[in-house]
Amino acid sequence: METDRKARSVRPGDWITYRGGLGMLMWALHRVTGVGILLFLILHIVDIFLLSFGPDLFNELLVIYHAPWARVMEVFLLFAVLFHALNGLRIAIQDFWPGAWLVERKLVIMELVIFTILFIPGAWLMLRPLFGG
Amino acid sequence: MPERRRGGGHRRPGSAGFERYAWFFMRLSGVVLLGLAVFHLFWMHFHIGVGDIDFQTVVNRWNNPLWRLYDFALLAFALTHGMNGLRSLLDEYLRKPASRMAAKAAVFLLYFALASAGAYVIFTFQAPGA
Repeated sequence: METDRKARSVRPGDWITYRGGLGMLMWALHRVTGVGILLFLILHIVDIFLLSFGPDLFNELLVIYHAPWARVMEVFLLFAVLFHALNGLRIAIQDFWPGAWLVERKLVIMELVIFTILFIPGAWLMLRPLFGG
Repeated sequence: MPERRRGGGHRRPGSAGFERYAWFFMRLSGVVLLGLAVFHLFWMHFHIGVGDIDFQTVVNRWNNPLWRLYDFALLAFALTHGMNGLRSLLDEYLRKPASRMAAKAAVFLLYFALASAGAYVIFTFQAPGA
């Protein structure tokens, strides 16, 4: 195993990998999207908590979420939630049905297809207001 | 911490105890959140639309106690799942026992504060003039 890895020539892009391949990409995305969703969740709990101070403060602060750049952040949120949900479901399936490990690559491809089918139209709906839609 | 895996997640902890429960909880709550959080996101962003959300939206929503219950379930599952994820992440990156201890305490305090603030507003919120 170790000699295999040494024998392989270094390719461009290798610097971002510690094991490389689709497995590491999914692992890294799962981690990054998880932290991202948690950061938004903290923000979201704080903004909903501000409801306690009445409508004036809340509606005034909504300019943040109503701003054009918030539409872009919304797409990041959709990306993170969809990816983390589908990848997490795949991990749970593989953990409880050990046979699924044998077809991991197929499950990953399936997951990415479902992700794309949901993400592309969703992102379009979110960004549409930016283009006057 | 149990050994982490390619593609995300960790191997199931070998010995019974807190870490094994936490491992099960992450998978169970993950599947629950696949329903709760994804529905919430689709509903608020595609059915209502962020541009149309204001104070009155929440007043109408929380007129129905079932939505308060839904939002509380979402808060409880999402925050617990997220904070436990943060805990295992910090456990992997921090080496010094002192910093691990401090991180654990900080995560717990943050978890307690946010859970209290969220539950407080969900259950005590009243529409002005109501």
